[in-house]
Amino acid sequence: MQSKFPSRLLPYLLLSPSIVIVIVFLIIPSLQSLYLSFFRVSPFGDRLIYVAIDNFTNLLTPDYLNSFIVTVVFTGAVVVVGLVVCLALALAANQKVAGIGLYRTGLIWPYALSPAVAGTIWALVFDPSTGAFSYFISLASGAMPNWRTNGPFAVVVITLAATWKMVGYNVIFFLAGLQTIPRELIEAAEIDGAGPLKRFWNITFPLLSPMTLFLLIMNTLYGFFQVFGLIDVMTEGGPARATEVLVYKLYYDGFISLKTGYASAQSIVLFAFVAGLTLLQFRFAKRWVFYQ
Amino acid sequence: MNRKRYFHFFIHLILIVSFVIIAFPVFYAFIVSTQTFQDVFVYPPKFTPGNDTIQNYVAAWETVKMGRLLFNSTLISVAVAVGKIVLSLMAAFAFTYFGDFKGKGLFFVIILITHMLPLPIRIVPTFELMRSFNWVDTYYALTVPFFASATGVLLFRQLFLTVPASLCDAARVDGITPMGFLMRILIPLSRTNVSALFLIEFLYMWNQYLWPLVVTNRDEMRVVQIGLKMLLAGQAQAADWNIIMAGTIIAMLPPLIILFVMQSSLVKGFSMQEEK
Repeated sequence: MQSKFPSRLLPYLLLSPSIVIVIVFLIIPSLQSLYLSFFRVSPFGDRLIYVAIDNFTNLLTPDYLNSFIVTVVFTGAVVVVGLVVCLALALAANQKVAGIGLYRTGLIWPYALSPAVAGTIWALVFDPSTGAFSYFISLASGAMPNWRTNGPFAVVVITLAATWKMVGYNVIFFLAGLQTIPRELIEAAEIDGAGPLKRFWNITFPLLSPMTLFLLIMNTLYGFFQVFGLIDVMTEGGPARATEVLVYKLYYDGFISLKTGYASAQSIVLFAFVAGLTLLQFRFAKRWVFYQ
Repeated sequence: MNRKRYFHFFIHLILIVSFVIIAFPVFYAFIVSTQTFQDVFVYPPKFTPGNDTIQNYVAAWETVKMGRLLFNSTLISVAVAVGKIVLSLMAAFAFTYFGDFKGKGLFFVIILITHMLPLPIRIVPTFELMRSFNWVDTYYALTVPFFASATGVLLFRQLFLTVPASLCDAARVDGITPMGFLMRILIPLSRTNVSALFLIEFLYMWNQYLWPLVVTNRDEMRVVQIGLKMLLAGQAQAADWNIIMAGTIIAMLPPLIILFVMQSSLVKGFSMQEEK
């Protein structure tokens, strides 16, 4: 318990900038999203027409369901592949071998890359006619797949790009988690004759589970919300909507098609999703600090 | 002992191979950024540097006014990182050193709620708000809505709670004011966490894409990330990959340099948290 300064006014002054910003730029616009989701803008854009839950029932159209499925498949792949690979990398980078500091730097630098940078680079390496990876694939399989025309392959390529960009972040946090596991515990198990696999499953993995859950949630949020730049740079949702994730569709409907009410209904669905994830987070982990 | 040698060899091998795989796309992007347009379109692809390095970087720089974009990105990233740090230091101080003032719990919830309201949930009304403020195409729109930080408040609050109470008591015996205590004692104590947070928030802002795309129209107000899209725009089949990659390398250098320079603060900032 910290000692208290007697000032009555000062805490309010100190908090006011943060509170004002949250209310003005986050809470009020979110409530407006909720309000707008029950309206549609008139053809001339000058007034709002109440449409009850039409915007929500319109979410049951094939286009939106397609976006939903694409997002779930893409995010699921990013989370599973990312966490499995990065846990393995972090385990290797947690060993005491010569030059480990250099190796760690060699694994975490993708953290600094943006989704858009990841997008241009992976668009290059998978360029259908000249890209290095396209070339390697054609050497191995004899065929040159083209993600600009092949929808499922486009999903694979954006998944690889998005997972690659998250390697640094995931390794940093897995390493931080691994370093909190007492070495004595693992050495004791080793003396008792537990093999490496057994030590991993019975000690490391359970003790690491809070960090794994944290990363699971952060990677899910990343897949849902932070890949817009990557998609916009690489595919613009194509080919034929194969990579049109929810956020891309929301942007398209809200800012290109100018269907404000419909886009707002999509915002509310995303909010329900975030609220669910947040509850999960509070339910299972009491003592985390969150990082973007 | 021999087993240990094999094990270490195996770990080195895994780490080196992983590094090569992870770094390859960037390495290849760099190679392409040095090649001529003809080099890019040979088959099989060339993995050796070309002779057009300077031309490509100059072309990328001039096509999208890269100097201006870099300036904009740097300005908003520094402003947002500093703004978030200052506001969250103030808020965390209010939450830890003033007892149970009225509304404390509510204010805490309001700040935590930012985690539940990512931009896509409120993007259309927030954009309308920018329009009504006449903030479209201004630095205000690119910075002010980002200033609140639940991450920062939680981080500093946690840190302040571990500061020994005797420190504050002693300072108060010496007649220190609340703001004096914050400025002269708490902030210097938080140095490592301040730099860790600066790094995280700088990278976060530098890499923003959707919001800058929505609230800026004029080329002078665009940021580096959108510049990449502008380089790609209009490229149908035969893209000028050499020029696009030069732009990509330019766009990724500032955050990479900052990460390398400040990497140790990140590690220390975390481990401090974890241990105590």
